[in-house]
Amino acid sequence: MQNTTSIIKAQSKNLDFFYSNGMQALKSVNMPLYENKITALIGPSGCGKSTFLRCFNRMHDLYPGNKYQGEIVMHPDNTNILEHGVDPIEVRMRISMVFQKPNPFPKSIYENVAYGLRVRGESNKRMLDDKVEEALKGAALWNEVKDRQQDLAFNLSGGQQQRLCIARALATDPEIMLFDEPTSALDPIATANIEELMSELKQKLTILVVTHNMQQAARVSDYTAYMYLGELMEYDDTNTIFTNPTRKETEDYITGKFG
Amino acid sequence: MSKHMTTNTPTKAPIQVQASVLKNLDAVRAMIKRHKLNDYIFSVIGLLALMFALLTLLILFGDLVMDGFERFNLKFLSEFPSRRAANAGLLSAWVGSALVMLVTFLVAVPMGVAAGLYLEEYAPKNWFSDLIEINVTNLAGVPSIVYGLLALGLFVYILGLGQSILTAGLTLGLLILPIVIVSTRESIRAIPIAIREAAYAVGATKWQVVYDHVLKYSYGGILTGVIIGMARALGETAPIITIGALTFIAFLPPSPVTDVAPFINFEWLSSGFTVLPIQMFNWLSRPDHAFHINAAATGALIIIVTLLMNGTAIYLRYKIRKNIKW
Ligand SMILES: Nc1ncnc2c1ncn2[C@@H]1O[C@H](COP(=O)(O)OP(=O)(O)O)[C@@H](O)[C@H]1O
Ligand SMILES: [Mg+2]
Repeated sequence: MQNTTSIIKAQSKNLDFFYSNGMQALKSVNMPLYENKITALIGPSGCGKSTFLRCFNRMHDLYPGNKYQGEIVMHPDNTNILEHGVDPIEVRMRISMVFQKPNPFPKSIYENVAYGLRVRGESNKRMLDDKVEEALKGAALWNEVKDRQQDLAFNLSGGQQQRLCIARALATDPEIMLFDEPTSALDPIATANIEELMSELKQKLTILVVTHNMQQAARVSDYTAYMYLGELMEYDDTNTIFTNPTRKETEDYITGKFG
Repeated sequence: MSKHMTTNTPTKAPIQVQASVLKNLDAVRAMIKRHKLNDYIFSVIGLLALMFALLTLLILFGDLVMDGFERFNLKFLSEFPSRRAANAGLLSAWVGSALVMLVTFLVAVPMGVAAGLYLEEYAPKNWFSDLIEINVTNLAGVPSIVYGLLALGLFVYILGLGQSILTAGLTLGLLILPIVIVSTRESIRAIPIAIREAAYAVGATKWQVVYDHVLKYSYGGILTGVIIGMARALGETAPIITIGALTFIAFLPPSPVTDVAPFINFEWLSSGFTVLPIQMFNWLSRPDHAFHINAAATGALIIIVTLLMNGTAIYLRYKIRKNIKW
């Protein structure tokens, strides 16, 4: 698991985050995301995992009064994506997201996947068809839906809907993909499918995944970060975190003594 | 039972728990029965209230239909009003109503939807937008004659639009604006945050989110509000009388469509007019009973059109919402 050759894709530097009510949800978080690796965020509910993840696509900008301090630097271009001059839309064009509950649009399967491309001004039918097919294949959904792409997305099962959301996030060729507890609303088989998918996706992109399922973190991730009360308590490669954590708190959480 | 007990001796505690529930079962059943009685009593009261409202409307409608029955023919719709009741018809009134409704629609829908959309999606949430929100809701409760007075001052005297179809349409448009705004906001608010975030997360701009999602998923509800507002406007009398609609009109406004280019014509907007409820009011105020028959027939027609509009609203909402599940 030790990766001396890994390249850093993005990195949070002294990242603080304040919600509009003044509550500080992140405290000076320093953490790298390695390219083509899966980094898992674990920690008790309310510790700031989602808050941290949503900094990466500037989701907090949608709600007035939220405030970032510090940097998230993206490589290789060294852009601080939290900087005022950087448009959040530009950031979201590079970093896509899959949410906790499947949230397809009330549109057809095809239109769900094509939407990100349409937003980017793509209107060539052939191009869209190809991209949609590629994304659906990438999300391991193509075989199930290829003959009914015009059906409503709501008619799919929960697990299929989540894979559709992955296809939607994948269609625009993101550099980083964020997953916020992507399997917490799914049954074990659908969960296994998504986990397998994530392991395939990392060939192409960098993944940050929030999970409250320790086994999931151990199964899919290369690096694991343990957060507690808005602070990054421990970060290491997943093997070390699960077999030989440095801090007592991490061990207690992983072994279920706490949390 | 006893055999079952002996095989389960190690787990004594659960059996005791079961026994205590069993002992109380009669009491539990009595309680459930009491609670169910409340359900029953309420459903009877609710049904009675509903029947009272429905029956009153039904009797009223039946009365109008019976009184006005002899005028239910096409001639009634194709004749101008006349001094002789049997020859009098609704032509100028229904054409007037239709044209006024057209203006009302063109005023209320773009303005109401834009205002609702702005308040919900763009306006910063602070005390000022709260104040506006309260005022919009209150506007819906302002008596319609007040709108009539406002229109008389603003449209007729200050802007010099005259006692015209345009003035009436603007007045009724303002009158139903709060209904359109409120229904727009409510339909927009029903869209889950998760759907908006999904759209933003793939890089959509605010306008793309509004146009591709918010409007597309809420237009069923908006349309419902618009139709209900229009149905209300159709029956409004007081503000139209206030701005000075005529009561006896034996001509039609110039046609909006013509056979020479550019094929549309706006002269009708400044034409004098009458509308269905005013025609009805006029006939009702005559001493001759024969005119009362005309009034009843007109009343029945207004109710039928109103019910049809509301029915359409319900159907559309059902049909459009069928594809949207949240
Ligand atoms: N919109 C918000 N406004 C204010 N506080 C929030 C908001 N969202 C989350 N929080 C708070 O921030 C902390 C971290 O929340 P979150 O990142 O959602 O935790 P996690 O995903 O680890 O369960 C919690 O204490 C939560 O109550
Ligand atoms: Mg969370």
